[in-house]
Amino acid sequence: MDSPAIAASPADHSFDHSADHAHGPAYLRHHFETVEQQREATQFGMWLFLLTEIMFFGGMFAAYLIYRNWYYAAFAAASNTLSITLGAANTAILITSGFAMAMGVWCAETRRKQGLVISLILTMVFGIAFLGVKYFEYKEKFELHHVPGSDFSIAAFVHPSAASHEPPLAPDMAEKTQVYFSLYFAMTGMHALHMIIGIGLLVWLLIRAQQGAYTEGYVQPIEYFGLYWHFVDIVWIFLFPLLYLINRHPGR
Amino acid sequence: MAHSHSIHPPSHEDDQARSHMSETEHHIVSPVTYVAVYITLLIATGLTVGAAFIDLGAFNPVIALAIACFKSVIVILFFMHVYYVSRLTKLTVAAGFFTFFVLIMMTLSDYMSRSWGLW
Repeated sequence: MDSPAIAASPADHSFDHSADHAHGPAYLRHHFETVEQQREATQFGMWLFLLTEIMFFGGMFAAYLIYRNWYYAAFAAASNTLSITLGAANTAILITSGFAMAMGVWCAETRRKQGLVISLILTMVFGIAFLGVKYFEYKEKFELHHVPGSDFSIAAFVHPSAASHEPPLAPDMAEKTQVYFSLYFAMTGMHALHMIIGIGLLVWLLIRAQQGAYTEGYVQPIEYFGLYWHFVDIVWIFLFPLLYLINRHPGR
Repeated sequence: MAHSHSIHPPSHEDDQARSHMSETEHHIVSPVTYVAVYITLLIATGLTVGAAFIDLGAFNPVIALAIACFKSVIVILFFMHVYYVSRLTKLTVAAGFFTFFVLIMMTLSDYMSRSWGLW
């Protein structure tokens, strides 16, 4: 931004970093000219990180799309063993957590320390609630032998109960439900791992927020953690319809 | 030495002018916006679930994905502030989703065209 000026007058200006920043706040790193430039650069960096995350989850979404086209019957039948109530409830829980985080960013920007602390606690509580629901969903899959591996049972797909209205699958197609459940555990598992990492980061942010670190003008850590948390939210916004809602009107 | 004076160093006035012209000026999104986005997201979640139970044939996944895209766009624009940030960041975000779109399109067109006509 200031390169012509720096090049033109090296002696009296740019060599004296300490004097340059004598008026700048403590959180302005010495390699940035202004607070504004620091914000722009770090925001750019955070988004580049999120783009790598999009590509990371994107690979799994691409695998999902291809296998879903190949083994549609197995995907539809396996998808209907998931609880739509728990899935929808978890979507609402995660959106609520994201809303609390958004309010936390606003509290940091408007220097409301108490509000920020409460927002971060709510973000964490709803995040943990999401993982709690996920625990019970996973537990049920283990009990039903729907976890891919040597313990996997295709019985429920070859001989579906009359109440389910599911068309019975041939054994070879029923085996492909393992592909669905592999992707289910890989995608929701990676999503859950991101949430666990996020909750770990929240503990740190909460401690620092209580010390007043983010309500004196330096809001970037809160803002960028918010970006990460909303990104995790967006992944779930796609996972929910793709994993839970493939075909909710079987036997039509 | 006279040389260096021909390009004048940045003055305080220059800095002020820059920060006023700048599009990177920090915009605080109001809680009213956040509440509106939050309620919209909850309604859209209800719509997704409702639409899944209606038999629309090939349009079921289309509608589910359309609602998911709508939800993520409002999250990106307002919760993630992309609506208010500089064009550099906007372009970065758009480039990322465009690259993801290329990944999906090229991969799927490969898989769908390999046994073209054999199905």
